[in-house]
Amino acid sequence: MSSTSLPSQLSRTVVPNFERWTLRKLLLYTAVYTLAIVFLFPLFVAVITSFKTRAAVTQTLPFIPVFPWQEGFTIAQWAQAFSVLQNGLLNSFLRVIPATTLTAILGSLTAYSLTKIKWRGQVAVLLMMVAATFFPTQAAIVPIARFWSVYVPLDQLLGPVWTLPLLEPYHGDLLALIITDIAYGLPVVTVLFRGYYQTINQELIEAAKIDGANMYSIYRRIILPMSVPMFAVVFIFHFTQVWNSFLFPLIIMSGAGHSAAPATLALGGLGQSLEGTNYGLRMAGALLTALPTVIVFILAGDKFASGIQGGRA
Amino acid sequence: MSTETENTGEALDSSQSQLRRLIGADAIKSMPFWLLPAFLVGLFIYGAVLWNFVISLTDLQGFGTPSFSQLDFDMYGRAFSDPQFLFAGQNTIVLLVVFTIVCLVLGLGLAILLDQDIRRRGHLRTIYLLPFSLAFIVTGQVWLWMYNYNYGVVNTFTRSLGLGQYQIIGNSQIILGAIITALAWQFVGYTMVVYLAGLRTIPDDQFEAARVAGVKDYRIYWKVIIPQLKASAASAGVILMVFALKTFDFLFAMFGQYRPQKGADILATMMVREAFQKLEWAYGASIAVILFLMALGIISPYIYYQYKVNEI
Repeated sequence: MSSTSLPSQLSRTVVPNFERWTLRKLLLYTAVYTLAIVFLFPLFVAVITSFKTRAAVTQTLPFIPVFPWQEGFTIAQWAQAFSVLQNGLLNSFLRVIPATTLTAILGSLTAYSLTKIKWRGQVAVLLMMVAATFFPTQAAIVPIARFWSVYVPLDQLLGPVWTLPLLEPYHGDLLALIITDIAYGLPVVTVLFRGYYQTINQELIEAAKIDGANMYSIYRRIILPMSVPMFAVVFIFHFTQVWNSFLFPLIIMSGAGHSAAPATLALGGLGQSLEGTNYGLRMAGALLTALPTVIVFILAGDKFASGIQGGRA
Repeated sequence: MSTETENTGEALDSSQSQLRRLIGADAIKSMPFWLLPAFLVGLFIYGAVLWNFVISLTDLQGFGTPSFSQLDFDMYGRAFSDPQFLFAGQNTIVLLVVFTIVCLVLGLGLAILLDQDIRRRGHLRTIYLLPFSLAFIVTGQVWLWMYNYNYGVVNTFTRSLGLGQYQIIGNSQIILGAIITALAWQFVGYTMVVYLAGLRTIPDDQFEAARVAGVKDYRIYWKVIIPQLKASAASAGVILMVFALKTFDFLFAMFGQYRPQKGADILATMMVREAFQKLEWAYGASIAVILFLMALGIISPYIYYQYKVNEI
């Protein structure tokens, strides 16, 4: 656009509109902050409910907080939720850390081979990865459940392994879950890394080749060091995905009672009893399960956001 | 080591011709990078989808093993004469369409608001996106409490406004709307982020030029900005639709069981219930194939288009 004439014209239009502009700004700020409150409101209600006694839950309005110095305040729900879920939280970490790490490493290697090396058939592998990011999980869960329970029961096949200290046969299902998580994380993680590697200058690679580098040393010396920011994005994005996922644990471990059940699975049925639902306990359990992802999100929300965009936009 | 010397010897050639000569060998040499991932994805995703199709042709149920002597499409016939399937299918389509439209429209609104010149924009974006980072199993519980008949927030408000109390979860007329509201709360932030990325690629001077010409802001958005966000809307829309097809966690969490309350059943929940609760493996697998085909119908035009414009 004609940038030379812009400043003078702009000032002419902006200055007389100054008053309208502030009104506009006031409306804008009111709107964005009202919406922020609306978005946080269900979570706010969940937090204050989790600190109420069962009596207070029924006697106070759901969005009125009860403070520590008031009657009806309790942290017993959180204590109980923690004692029920602590094993599940541990299992979640045992699941999510290897799954996220291995998916990131394998995804990075695959993306490198799809962008910086030319080989016959790479389009097929690429399309395979891209298309798989969209498949509904339901289309595969019957075979996956049967694969791990009927054909490859790791708890039996790896019998001697479970005699090692700290390992139990039920960890077989955890291992099955991790392998499944890796397979289902690879497509999106590969697509994320690929988007990033496409922006790396090809001349850099060619120069290294002339210096005698092969495809392995190029990855190790050039690509890997440059991938650090993308690894952060992928870790955060995929950590959240795996931590939150529920269907795979459900079909591989078939129920909240399983000793290797992650927190999302163990959460089901918490706060349900014959006397009805204990909503305070339920909220405490739900928030406790969500806490690791919320912490990650608050610390690195921008990386999470770029994970969403990089993969799809 | 031998590969290293080989490469050094040939590195002096122009890289293009070198690549062409090595094209076959490079597929093998690059295998350490892609073979294991391709194997895992091939086995657990593509293999499983195919195997699922085969199971859907058998009569497998209970704890037995499938018999492959008689493969037929009986289970699909059963699905299309099952009133529960037709009902769940109809609900799936309503959920898919309404949920996607609500998210695309509200997400666009939020993105335009946040695209204005405001302070703390990053913090606001984080707040709007926060619900998306939570597990559905968590948000299902939260919304169950929001919708509680006696003490929930929604009924507290409707009561105080004199609108009366509603049995939201138990009412088959409004339950789907309640679910769509809760899911939209979680996904609007995501849609907004996709739009914001699209908005960032539009140069500011387009906006300034139109404004200088005296065009009203809303007309600039309507005529200039929004048409350029079609690609963002398409990619967000595909993700939202595929999500709507497969959403299971949220409904499971809300109802605490495989069977959603009356009026809320969708194909995704019905599939899991048939297979994993009733152990009707073949029937569940056939519903899964139908879901898969629906997803394919949504994504293949999108992937084809992306491939054609070289976005992939």
